[in-house]
Amino acid sequence: MVEHGDIRVVHRGGSKINFRKPVITNDSRFLLCASGESVKVFSTSTEECIHDLRGHTDLVTGVLIKPSNHLQAFSCSADGTVRLWDFTDGILIKVRLLPSIVVCPVLSVSVSSQSLFQLVAVHLPQSGDQLVEARELSAVLTGISSNPAATVFGRGGEYIASANGLQLEVYFFKKQKAYRFSLKEDNKKGGKNTFTCVACHPNDDCIATGHEDGKIRLWRNFNHKKEYTYSTLHWHHSAVSSLSFTPEGTNLLSGGIESVLVQWRYNQENQRDFLPRLGAAITHIAVSPDGALYCTSHSDNKITIIQSCVKVSAVIQGLVKGESVGTDLMIDPRSKSLVLNGKPGHLQFYSLQRDKLLYNLDIVQQEYIHESGLQQFEVVKAAFDASGNWLATVEERKQKGAELELNLKLWAFDEQTQSFVLNTTISAPHEAQITGMCFSHATDSQTTMLVSTSKDGHFKAWQLAAQSQTDGKQPSVCPCPSWSCDFVGAYHGLVPECCSFSADGSLLAVSFQEVVTVWSPASWELLTTLSQPPKAIRNLCFGRLSCSKYLLGTTDSNLLCCWNLLTCSLEWSTSMDVSLLLADPLSENMAAFCCQAGCTDLFVFKPSEPRPLFSQKAVCSGMVTRAVFAPREEMLESCEESSQWLNRSQLYFLTQYMDLMTFTTKTEEERLMASSKQLVIDDSVAMTPFYLLLGKHRQQQQGGDDPQSGVSAERTPLPQGSVAIKELLQTPAHVLPSTSFLCSMFVQSLLISVTDSSKHAEEEMESEKEEEDSEEEIESSRTRPEQQAAVGGGEAAESAAPAMTKAQVRELRRVKKLDHSWLAGLLDS
Amino acid sequence: MASFKPTKIQVYPKLGEKVTQDTLYWKNYKAPVQIKEFGAVTHIDFSPVAPHNFAVTAFTRVHIYGPFSQEPVKTFTRFKDTAYSGRFRSDGQLLVAGCEDSVVRLFDVGGKVALRMFRGHTKAVHVTDFTSDRYQILTGSDDYTCRLWDIPNSTELNTYQEHTDYIRCGVTSKLNRDLFITGSYDHTLKLFDARVDRSVMTMDHGQPVESLLLYPSEGLLVSAGGRYVKVWDLLKGGQPLVSLKNHHKTVTSLCLSTNGQRLLSASLDRHVKVYNTTNYKVVHNFDYAASILSLALAPDDESIVVGMTNSILSIKHRKSPEESKEISGQQRRRPSYRVFVKGKNYVPKQDDYLVSKPVKQHLAKYDKQLKKFNVSKALDTALEVKMLTLATWTRHRKPEITVAVIKELDRRGTLNNALAGRDEQGLSQLLNFLIGNLVDPRFAPVLVTAAEMILDIYHSVIGQSPVVDRQLLRLQELLEREIDYQQDLLEVLGMLDTMFASALPRKEVPCSGASRSNGLAQGEASTSRAQLQAT
Repeated sequence: MVEHGDIRVVHRGGSKINFRKPVITNDSRFLLCASGESVKVFSTSTEECIHDLRGHTDLVTGVLIKPSNHLQAFSCSADGTVRLWDFTDGILIKVRLLPSIVVCPVLSVSVSSQSLFQLVAVHLPQSGDQLVEARELSAVLTGISSNPAATVFGRGGEYIASANGLQLEVYFFKKQKAYRFSLKEDNKKGGKNTFTCVACHPNDDCIATGHEDGKIRLWRNFNHKKEYTYSTLHWHHSAVSSLSFTPEGTNLLSGGIESVLVQWRYNQENQRDFLPRLGAAITHIAVSPDGALYCTSHSDNKITIIQSCVKVSAVIQGLVKGESVGTDLMIDPRSKSLVLNGKPGHLQFYSLQRDKLLYNLDIVQQEYIHESGLQQFEVVKAAFDASGNWLATVEERKQKGAELELNLKLWAFDEQTQSFVLNTTISAPHEAQITGMCFSHATDSQTTMLVSTSKDGHFKAWQLAAQSQTDGKQPSVCPCPSWSCDFVGAYHGLVPECCSFSADGSLLAVSFQEVVTVWSPASWELLTTLSQPPKAIRNLCFGRLSCSKYLLGTTDSNLLCCWNLLTCSLEWSTSMDVSLLLADPLSENMAAFCCQAGCTDLFVFKPSEPRPLFSQKAVCSGMVTRAVFAPREEMLESCEESSQWLNRSQLYFLTQYMDLMTFTTKTEEERLMASSKQLVIDDSVAMTPFYLLLGKHRQQQQGGDDPQSGVSAERTPLPQGSVAIKELLQTPAHVLPSTSFLCSMFVQSLLISVTDSSKHAEEEMESEKEEEDSEEEIESSRTRPEQQAAVGGGEAAESAAPAMTKAQVRELRRVKKLDHSWLAGLLDS
Repeated sequence: MASFKPTKIQVYPKLGEKVTQDTLYWKNYKAPVQIKEFGAVTHIDFSPVAPHNFAVTAFTRVHIYGPFSQEPVKTFTRFKDTAYSGRFRSDGQLLVAGCEDSVVRLFDVGGKVALRMFRGHTKAVHVTDFTSDRYQILTGSDDYTCRLWDIPNSTELNTYQEHTDYIRCGVTSKLNRDLFITGSYDHTLKLFDARVDRSVMTMDHGQPVESLLLYPSEGLLVSAGGRYVKVWDLLKGGQPLVSLKNHHKTVTSLCLSTNGQRLLSASLDRHVKVYNTTNYKVVHNFDYAASILSLALAPDDESIVVGMTNSILSIKHRKSPEESKEISGQQRRRPSYRVFVKGKNYVPKQDDYLVSKPVKQHLAKYDKQLKKFNVSKALDTALEVKMLTLATWTRHRKPEITVAVIKELDRRGTLNNALAGRDEQGLSQLLNFLIGNLVDPRFAPVLVTAAEMILDIYHSVIGQSPVVDRQLLRLQELLEREIDYQQDLLEVLGMLDTMFASALPRKEVPCSGASRSNGLAQGEASTSRAQLQAT
């Protein structure tokens, strides 16, 4: 294998799954949702991601099941294409090009040109080609809202309703006529009549519209310009963000920022069911075509699957992204997961390896009130100690005109429950905001120490109280040790900004504006001060391992300084606008993100060497303020000099737009691709005993088949296969061939052929290659004859019992062949 | 669907009260048995032999109680007037008591009629005691004399007329049959030796002496008089060791715990204080309902017996070890509880599949209202929250809960709504709460915002209700006083800072020449005060 040291910046995990309304398939087994540049297929029962339909080159803006074939789905994207997928197998079937950007899929699609959105009808040309350009576009409505929830088809596609601003427009396809209804901007009671979303009743002429002030209006008789009527429902206290009718039209579902799913009975609107405390504001509501499942997407990147008896059955949770990450990105030393702000008042533990949210830790432990404009407690700082036994968090709430509320909480890891348990709460640890916090890194020392710096001009050291109080005399009084303040330090009344412990925990550096003070935590003596005027220190970092004698700091005046702690002098300094300085905990390497002309550059260097190990210009646009080195599970063995720094740990960073990015090498990507292929879960067939028997049967036949020679009935894609099996099982016994015949076939199939194995593998390789080349072709061309064959087979079996079908004849022939090879194998041995 | 998270009640550190070994030891007594006597209980004495009956002198009687009986097992009633100082001999067979009528009576514990009557004093006899050889009796009287009597002959052996005021307390040495000490209202303590006919040592207490106590080693003497308890070293010629002033009324009685490690003092201020005898610090405190006149501890501290001016005798027995461990054990024996836990203590076997039942969340009343967003009702229920404390069955207010609810309402942005729209009664209840808790430093940040809101909401109706107006005036007064306090405190803090600053040595910053040559700014370190913060 040739090593390529090619380092690339890639998106890693945590894409948004709540961007557009998810879609539930007809059998309620799968859930499709747009996620970044791909469409994800989730199982509604296990919450696992089954397929990731990749192909779009830009944001996917909508997903829709094909009405004529419910096993296929359309997706449209901002790259101007509509793609048709077979989502059970994860295969792309067709691509259609559209001249401009597609925004929303409502059977026809809306197209935007610049900022004006227009609803157009697209005729999907019937053609065998995989890539088709759609030229026939006819504008239906102009000036529609960019929000796809504000445009909807009514009653079997007879009309389309679209709302924008204060106006509702209904277009009837038959009459080719549009009606407009507008509302007054009502400011009397502060109510706002702006439309937010629209839903149409499936069999009744009724349109439900949601409004900014939380009202829902039910419009009727809207095919007249003048005589239309509407009734108003009001429960929500702020804007209704999503509305949906159930397929029978008996219920209307609505949701908003209150995060309560409200189920209204149609025509009996005073009867409501509620599902409260869903966790975060509801952004979309979708109902499965059979009405058995509802699903709601939430603003915290979550999809909740709800049974129609208003009970939550599953939760699909993605990486929660807030507007900002108050806590730095951190790595939990135990689970090696990424830790950052999650839901309000929570910390999320996100597994980078599995791209899955492990759990949310409730830090604030208060009922979250879903109301906009309310000042809530936010987790602003968090820190782990080196062993992962302790977690320190700071939460604050600043209300206008009131005192700052600060809480410092210390959490101990509980082995039994495998999560963090609150140990100590310190209310008002400082008089002003906490600017920095870090644990002493020394793993061997007996006492753990936490240092926090605050804008009140002090830094405080917190220590686990000695066990002396519980020396056997009174064990019941104080069962577990708690934290208390050990030392309060200040320097000339200056405000401390950041603090850092040296790797062995023997030195503490605290920066007070432009002065760096170095303290000894053992005696709390000020050892020395280092300074590089004229600007304040921004970052402070000790070197690791062989470079532990260096202390690095960056200043606001575009300076990166490196002090030698043995001589207490400046070793070197360079002019760079460093926005973030990081030390790799497993090596001597340091990473510096520099902001230059709106772009961020990355430099990786060792403090002892003048030449950087690696540098990349324009990593991303905007400033990078959060990054972390995550240790790898297994070391990479790259010998390329420029990629060596990625051997032990991986660098993750958050861009300005809250995208999680990382650096990968080519070899790593290849390995990832290989592993992801193995991991595909075949979830489409239920694991019944029959499946275990027949599925195995099929697999062996697949292996035994020569792909070039004829097509067997079993070698069909899964749904067709299952149809054949069903047919076989449902056919009355008297019309089937004799049991002994079937049994012997079945027993034969269970035998292991020895010689086959080597050939088997080769064939598989070949077939895989071929599949990669012309997967789509084969699929599209094959499905039809296969279907016919299967159907034909079924019919034949039904019509005449003794006559063997073609498929059976073929089967027999194949069995003969198998048998022969098996014999040959015996002879050989 | 996540469950409702109840309001978090802030736990505040309890200031001052620390749970120590002593509090655990001295709290380990049962609820007191209270017996009504005929008059003020002036003296209690435990029999030195098992079963350790105790003699209680009250009014004209001396009752003897058994260790667990609530009825006297024996009563001596042959006193013409108020009896004083009923004391057992060291073998527990004889009992001596003084009387207001100046006659000292000696009883057999089994009999009824006095065996001997010692006449000679001219005034009431408040002090009686047996000497350690068991054949003599010491008495002290209001006629300023103390006398020694011979029991077999019923004759007076000696009279000491050195005190110049009433003699109200006295002890005999348990080691030497000739030594005894008396304390008098002339502020002096005198040590007498029966072999010479005058006192051999005099100590000045400074207050009328009410009670005396000798340590078992008899090297130290404790005296109580006025508000002071003083300890004297007899071996150093009566040198005062310590003077304790922990009571705010006259100390009436002294007592030593059985192991000699703790000293107890009872006072007219209704408290019994327990001191550590090594450093003489108060380690525990008992409260009683009335002024205490007498106090006694049973051997092994099995019970504390206290006699009070309201003629109540209070006996606290020590909890047996199993009792102190299992308070809930009694409840478990109730059938209703057994029904309640039925099937819950079944331990599942290896192959059993456990079907978990959804646990129903129990919410407090105010939380239920908060869950329904009924903010006014939530505040109302929180204001009424009181806790039943098991010990006294009295209702205690829990301001923490109310404050937590107010804080929660403030966080939800609905405190204004909850405070508004109240009638006179509701408002006065709120103001009452504010007056009670506003200046508490634990609650001040929350309650100040609430108080401001109340003033904003109701300033238009001021003057309409005399009740509310009165409360507002009280609140104003309270705040003014608090501001004065804070000002004083700041002044004191300033003074302390000045003193600390002058006391701390100036420290030079250690800086190497290299760093200085490097042009790095240097400054003197303000090694700031290391203050320990209670968290």
